[in-house]
Amino acid sequence: MALDTNFHHGDSPKDAPPILEMRDIEKHFGNIIALAGVSFDVRLGECHCLLGDNGAGKSTFIKTMSGVHKPTKGTITIGGKPMNFSSPREAMEAGIATVFQDLAMIPLMSVTRNFFMGREPTKGVGPFKRLDVERMNEVTMTHMREMGINLRAPDQAVGTLSGGERQTVAIARAVYFGARVLILDEPTSALGVRQTSNVLATIDRVRKQGVGVVFISHNVRHAMAVGDRFTVLNRGKTLGTARRGEITAEELQDMMAGGQEMAQLEGSLGGTV
Amino acid sequence: MADTAQVIQDERLKKEGLGTRLLRRPELGAIAGFVLVTAFFLYTADGAMFTLSGILNFMTPAAQLGILAIGAAMLMIGGEFDLSIGSMVAFAGLIFGAGVVTLGLPLILAIPLTLMVAAGIGAINGSIVLKTGLPSFIVTLAFLFILRGASLVGLKLASNGSTQLRGIRDAVEGDWLAPLFSGDALGPLFVWLADIGLVETFSNGTPKVTGIPVEIIWFVVITLVATYVLLRTPFGNWIFASGGDRDAASNSGVPVRRVKISLFMFAACCGAIVAIITVMDAGSTDARRGFMKEFEAIIAAVIGGCLLTGGYGSAIGAFFGALIFGMVTIGLTYTDFDQDWFQVFLGGMLLIAVLFNNYIRKRVTGER
Repeated sequence: MALDTNFHHGDSPKDAPPILEMRDIEKHFGNIIALAGVSFDVRLGECHCLLGDNGAGKSTFIKTMSGVHKPTKGTITIGGKPMNFSSPREAMEAGIATVFQDLAMIPLMSVTRNFFMGREPTKGVGPFKRLDVERMNEVTMTHMREMGINLRAPDQAVGTLSGGERQTVAIARAVYFGARVLILDEPTSALGVRQTSNVLATIDRVRKQGVGVVFISHNVRHAMAVGDRFTVLNRGKTLGTARRGEITAEELQDMMAGGQEMAQLEGSLGGTV
Repeated sequence: MADTAQVIQDERLKKEGLGTRLLRRPELGAIAGFVLVTAFFLYTADGAMFTLSGILNFMTPAAQLGILAIGAAMLMIGGEFDLSIGSMVAFAGLIFGAGVVTLGLPLILAIPLTLMVAAGIGAINGSIVLKTGLPSFIVTLAFLFILRGASLVGLKLASNGSTQLRGIRDAVEGDWLAPLFSGDALGPLFVWLADIGLVETFSNGTPKVTGIPVEIIWFVVITLVATYVLLRTPFGNWIFASGGDRDAASNSGVPVRRVKISLFMFAACCGAIVAIITVMDAGSTDARRGFMKEFEAIIAAVIGGCLLTGGYGSAIGAFFGALIFGMVTIGLTYTDFDQDWFQVFLGGMLLIAVLFNNYIRKRVTGER
């Protein structure tokens, strides 16, 4: 799959200040140290991939970034200002949107109702304040079409969409509501080949609109396809950040697995992993 | 695998007919059931059932159950149950009765007091469910017994040892708020209708039907308000979201706790409204008031298209669910059938409704 040739990279100036910066983040749960000093940043218009194997601390890190957890130590700054989120809602208001693996989509509800869930536009005043249904439907249809999905009707239930389409609804929703940083938690892990490339194309489209994308994955090929920078997380620590072109897929793979064992395995499997 | 559903005009998507689109409306089953039941009684029952007084005759119990059913339906769409609303009718009846008889409060104080106590208990129910994460089924089952027992004990205290509290009619006689909660509404309209010959009159000229019982008005108004809230307000969207997937809703910024606790409070207040209306109507209150009504209300909601798992349903559906109930309970007396068929019918209806809803859910979510 030659996905990486489809997208352009390096739009972001190398010395642009990061929009979101996490410094020496530590997170302890009781006596378990889930994160032991992680630093990470993302600029507008770039896709920064966070790679790590299961249990590396990816989920904890994302949840810290999106306001679900409070870091035990470390600082979070947005556009230079220190932030201290106490809820996902606050993070959202600061422009950090997270698309979790479960997508925060409700299958029984329509695409429109899902799209505006928690942030419904209203018209009218006082007790006559009501949903602006026409606008909701129109916005949903337009934005889904922009992302390459033609809905039968805005009241189509999300349950009837495929996994990739749902992912796209979630991304379109985050972008519509003014996300400056979009955190995608393993968006491709459960998808087939074609849906994966659709989602990667969506990421590219969003990046071109000037949004900073944090792409979490354990699939090096998917990351290499769209990433501008790569950071590997292992056992709660970062093993460094590399720019595109400075590192090969094999090296990333090795770092994720923690080196040696993987090299041995790879030998016996003939480089198929 | 549904991999290729993303082409401009997907050739694998069949055009949806009107029938399929209608099938997706949650209230369809209840309306179909209502038509069937009406047809059944038109065919088998005495003609008196469908005269104006006959209709009001079965609408009254339907409305009393229906107010509870709307509360239960809203709560079910929000993903929770309340098994204590039947007992709440007895308990709120006690609070109201003791308020007007024992304490001698005017209605303007007694009614808000009753509603506030009910809302408070609803809030306690909701808080326990949300704090502990226990199923609402078990928490409210506990309150089913607590409130029923408390009503018995309270009644004995308020009436010196009896389980019935009398004298409510005398106590509220002449209160300016009473017409809102008791008797018939739209009286002058019916006098006028009788004058122009649209309503039958007794020989002395007074109309045979003097108005619409207030509970029917309450029932219709609550249904309309609930429907408006569900379909046309952000709060309605939050109700569907909270019931559909609590975590997803909360991650999207929906205040799930607030939504669910308000729904518990609303359901409890529905119980209190039924209590106030029926107690004022009967002039007394007793500890068996609202007995088993929680189940009937939930069944009416399920017949109305509410899924037991939450996130789907409608108030209009529950409205028709309650109408079916009222029609069958009262309607059987107009036929030659043994009235005890009622319970058989109840169970059968519930079973059919659940099977039908399950099928609909699969259609809606595209499950295979």
